[in-house]
Amino acid sequence: MPEIAIHIENLSYRYQGQLTNTLSDINLKIEAGSTIGLFGPNGAGKTTLMHLMTGILKNTNGTISLFNSKVGAKHKETNNLFGFVPQDFSFYQELSPTENLQFFGAFYGLSKPMITQRTDELLEVFGLTEVRKKPVAKFSGGMKRKVNLAIGIIHQPKIIFLDEPTVGVDVQSRCAIMDYIKKLNEEGATLVYTSHQLNEAEEICEKIALINEGKIIAFENISTLLAKHQENNLENLFLNLSKNPISHV
Amino acid sequence: MYKLWACIIKDTKLITRDWVGLSLMFIMPILLVIVITALQAGTFKLVNENKVPLLIYNNDNKEISIQLENTLEKIGIFRIIELDKKTSKETIADKMKETEALVAIVIPENFSTQVQHKVENFTKNTLQEFGLESEKPNQNNDLLVNELTLYYHPVLQESYRENLLNAIRCGVQVVESKQMINAIYNTINETTMPDSILNNFELQQTDIKEIPVSRDGSTVIPNAAQHNVPAWTIFAMFFIITSLGSSVVKEKISGSSLRLKTLPTNFLITIFSKQITYLFVAMSQVFVIFSIGVYLFPLIGLPALNIPNDIVGLIMVSLISGWCAVSYAIAVGVFAKTQEQANGFGAISVVLLAAFGGILVPKFAMPESFTFFLKISPMHWSLESYYGLFLEGGKFSDIINNVIPLLIITFLFQLIAYLGLKKNNLI
Repeated sequence: MPEIAIHIENLSYRYQGQLTNTLSDINLKIEAGSTIGLFGPNGAGKTTLMHLMTGILKNTNGTISLFNSKVGAKHKETNNLFGFVPQDFSFYQELSPTENLQFFGAFYGLSKPMITQRTDELLEVFGLTEVRKKPVAKFSGGMKRKVNLAIGIIHQPKIIFLDEPTVGVDVQSRCAIMDYIKKLNEEGATLVYTSHQLNEAEEICEKIALINEGKIIAFENISTLLAKHQENNLENLFLNLSKNPISHV
Repeated sequence: MYKLWACIIKDTKLITRDWVGLSLMFIMPILLVIVITALQAGTFKLVNENKVPLLIYNNDNKEISIQLENTLEKIGIFRIIELDKKTSKETIADKMKETEALVAIVIPENFSTQVQHKVENFTKNTLQEFGLESEKPNQNNDLLVNELTLYYHPVLQESYRENLLNAIRCGVQVVESKQMINAIYNTINETTMPDSILNNFELQQTDIKEIPVSRDGSTVIPNAAQHNVPAWTIFAMFFIITSLGSSVVKEKISGSSLRLKTLPTNFLITIFSKQITYLFVAMSQVFVIFSIGVYLFPLIGLPALNIPNDIVGLIMVSLISGWCAVSYAIAVGVFAKTQEQANGFGAISVVLLAAFGGILVPKFAMPESFTFFLKISPMHWSLESYYGLFLEGGKFSDIINNVIPLLIITFLFQLIAYLGLKKNNLI
């Protein structure tokens, strides 16, 4: 039986002051080492679900466990298990990539030699060695995306949450980022990924969870889903399912 | 500990790369302290050393009005400029502009005669009281002296104008008193008073010795630097808000805090780091501004700042004041939603706290109704603590009653910041 990386049970969430739930009755089991794509229209609840899994939002109904460690209960232990790559550039633009990686590496609890080693590795992988001492503010969008990703994986986490990691970048940078994400998965990391680029999902995801109006309307292997609904690509499948949602998959 | 150190390094790098913030925290207060001290020292010199040009348009030109002119000159604060006969009341304003005089007085026609009548009447009245005079004094209104008219430039502040008016009143009183004594002497002795006595009349005033109250027995008169340097150093420390407040907001809205929340580290470490880093900045401000007071002021002709004897007390007050300023900035930063909010509210609130706290307006000049605001301004307690050391020569134990409220306000700011972080789900 494969190990469960993320286990969500009966999760519902409502923002303060709202009358309806943003997420309702979410149940998910994500196996370790798998790649899962969360897809849905704007406002469907993808980012909310990701923020709940990473502990940014505190869930009141239902439970989320990462490798059997309950999110929100053991902050230090749980947060060491995953890396989060937010959609926004969540680092200090006045600092260089090296300085950002050194700071966030320390906050992940890495030792000084380990930070140095990982910083050198990541800058090399993303082709940032030449500009390692320049402030990130002077970088292009693609380079900033790479720094954003590098910070989230400096501590070699077992789970990586990627919130639109390639939005607004050129083809070269997108390919570099996607290649590295695939490599991380091959090395055993569990990936949870959101994007509006459904072709990207077909490229890297084994399973997808389609979210519509706060509910998971499908959670299956891409090939199975396409065959089941007689569609030849994810875009058509998604349009079809969001018009005629199935009860539960 | 390594995490805290890494955070301090990060914050230090962010501060040193923010040239606008640095100049607001260092250059602006340094300029303020130099300019304000120079202005106050200049005003002191103007009042005490330089003579104020006083235009006199004498329509009387007889003995007593000439005596008044001489007396006003002898008072020592006026440089008399007598206007010629061609001048009229209408042209006085032009003459003031020409001579850059801020004040002018017009002595009315028959001033000497009227003063003479008034004095004679008063003398007769007094002597009759003593049974030395049989003739009844005149009770008519024509014994009233026509008023002197004072023209002044509108830039002249009320308090300064009052000072000049009092000096002129004093001159008039001296002249009238001389006339009265002369008249009484004349009546009693049936001879005029010798000139030697009359001329020395103004010189017979009793001197007033000024002694500043101090705890260490020092009688050195505090100068403008002793008043201004501590006051504007406090203002500088609180003006850290323009950098620290917006730094907290920036971290909140840039998404860094979102990532920081997902790290296996308590967000409070970032707040502690900011407190330590900015407290160091505040101490640097104190060191730089005090050094300027001690070493630079004498070189540019300003009075030097005398550092108090209780150095430990001075460091303690500086540390607590700095911590209070940092706590206030963090509390504002935690609640502000944008950098504009933090900067706008921060800067205005610091100016208000400075006004209530006695930095901009001295405490003794404030209306009674402002007492409450004075007491809730941390700058007031900080200023009182510094003044206790700088002006009164006290020790830390002497100013503890000012330090305790400052600490209480600091803890309140810390509590507010903590509640704000909780509310924003950051801790």
